[in-house]
Amino acid sequence: MTELLRRYGTGLTATFLLLTAFWLLILLILPNLTMFESSFRPYLPVTEIGGPKDVYSLGNYAKILGNEVDLTVLGVAFPVPVRVKVFLLTIFYSVVVTIITFVLAYPLAFYLAKIVSPRSLPTLFLLLFVPLWVSEVLRSFAWFIILTLKGPLNAVLMSLGIIDTEIRWIAGFSPVIIGLVYTYVLFMVFPLYNAMQSLDSNQIEAAEDLGSPWWRTHWRVILPHSKPGIASGAVMVFMLSAGSLLVPSLLGSTTSGWFTQTIQGIMLESQDWNAGAAFAFMLLIACTLFVSLMMRVFGVKLSDIAK
Amino acid sequence: MHKTRNFLFHFYMALFLIYLLVPLLVMGGAAFNDSKLPTVYPWRGFTDQWFIAMWNDKRIWVSFRNTLLVALAVVALAVPIGTAGAILINSISGRARSALYGLMVAPILIPGVVIGISTLLFWNNLSIGSGLHLSVLGQVSYIASFVMLLVLARLQSFDAGLEEAALDLGASHGQVMRRILLPHLYPAIGAGAAIAFFQSIENFNVTLFTRGNADTLTVYVFSKVRSGITPTINALALILISVTLLLAILYELNRRRKVRQERLLAAPAED
Repeated sequence: MTELLRRYGTGLTATFLLLTAFWLLILLILPNLTMFESSFRPYLPVTEIGGPKDVYSLGNYAKILGNEVDLTVLGVAFPVPVRVKVFLLTIFYSVVVTIITFVLAYPLAFYLAKIVSPRSLPTLFLLLFVPLWVSEVLRSFAWFIILTLKGPLNAVLMSLGIIDTEIRWIAGFSPVIIGLVYTYVLFMVFPLYNAMQSLDSNQIEAAEDLGSPWWRTHWRVILPHSKPGIASGAVMVFMLSAGSLLVPSLLGSTTSGWFTQTIQGIMLESQDWNAGAAFAFMLLIACTLFVSLMMRVFGVKLSDIAK
Repeated sequence: MHKTRNFLFHFYMALFLIYLLVPLLVMGGAAFNDSKLPTVYPWRGFTDQWFIAMWNDKRIWVSFRNTLLVALAVVALAVPIGTAGAILINSISGRARSALYGLMVAPILIPGVVIGISTLLFWNNLSIGSGLHLSVLGQVSYIASFVMLLVLARLQSFDAGLEEAALDLGASHGQVMRRILLPHLYPAIGAGAAIAFFQSIENFNVTLFTRGNADTLTVYVFSKVRSGITPTINALALILISVTLLLAILYELNRRRKVRQERLLAAPAED
């Protein structure tokens, strides 16, 4: 603080402090505390707010229960409440999306970092950035057009003789996964590229000269070095997928509920903001747990992830 | 052996670019198809009616204006806030620094749905109803983090000795800020403003919960795609993609020009 005052004087220091306090307190901490507090209050008509019925309870969190349906895990069916099922499937499929994006992005990041000539790199990056600048809603819409029953994908596959009858792509979770992977794969490519790029190419050559087969070089040299990139990419892709509302709404069907859609229904259709707060809080907890898990598994700090 | 490997990698890169870009072409192509549904197959002939329909759609223009207003407001707030945060972080150390840093980065990792709902509830408790002003505040809460990270990275290459020298020579704190620190930060601030602008235009989750009845372009396109789909959206998409591509090409040409200039400048020095 003394350092700040010495360098910038009272007026500027006060301005910096005020702006930061406005950001962190008014825009971030207090809204989240309000949400947390509201999540324990019952949903009441305006006249009864503050009345005898307005007491703290876990009632909103209990609204995730009820309406039991079967959830099949490895061929065994468990009865679980429908919203719990949606929640678990959202987490599960977000992990699936994260893994698919990693598998797709790893070779690409390696190519960009270690194989391609540095001169063509800016052009390639520009081409990669184009879809990133196109709005998410339009990218999901593009896949909606491609995947429709009478759409171009089925037409191409049929003309190539790969399939005989049209495939109903928009069913279950697969279109949602296709859309999420397409939308967020670049959030895996760039952190991985950053991590690999900082690896000294001599280390790879040394491993090769010493007779290491390519897969072992990757497993023992390149992959360990890419850890911060993997963690960063995984956190971003998971968080964006689990929190995505556009892609599941546009590409999903009745059989593919996403937890954000549940929240949206409660907030905007039922107008039960207190239950909405409780559900949003659960989503926040799930994402926080995932971030801490990744940080623990890959042994990285928050500042490595935020790069 | 590296030859086959490199060929496979080049091939994969090409496939990946096709995978990224073809969906955008398909969507753009559908804008010209004379079919009531947005598709490129079957092709029913060329038409420009969807562009005319788009031009005459008043709601598109209203939501376009709203989007621009929100984005400008977000830039105006997020850039000073993020810059102030970065300068603050840069001149403290120890636990306070890591705690503050954690708080400032956290919004990037919070799902947009959560930001939207918490903003809505907080301001509603203060009797400020939903509307685009809340969308601005919600978006700023996480977009300021991007600005902060960019400016903080730029501050790493700043020589604090310059500030000292200026102060010793009798410059006021305001002069040091205007003449020394800010000019060094301008590239990061510019990049931050551009990112803030695009992030705001793209935003859907925060806006959806805070907007009240107002439309932004993203929300409007979303509602349009979900209800009666017409290829007007494809016309809009094609225009947006073309603008993006145009900007990208201009950027690339400008970069190549700069590289050439630098080479020309560097050449005589080597002699």
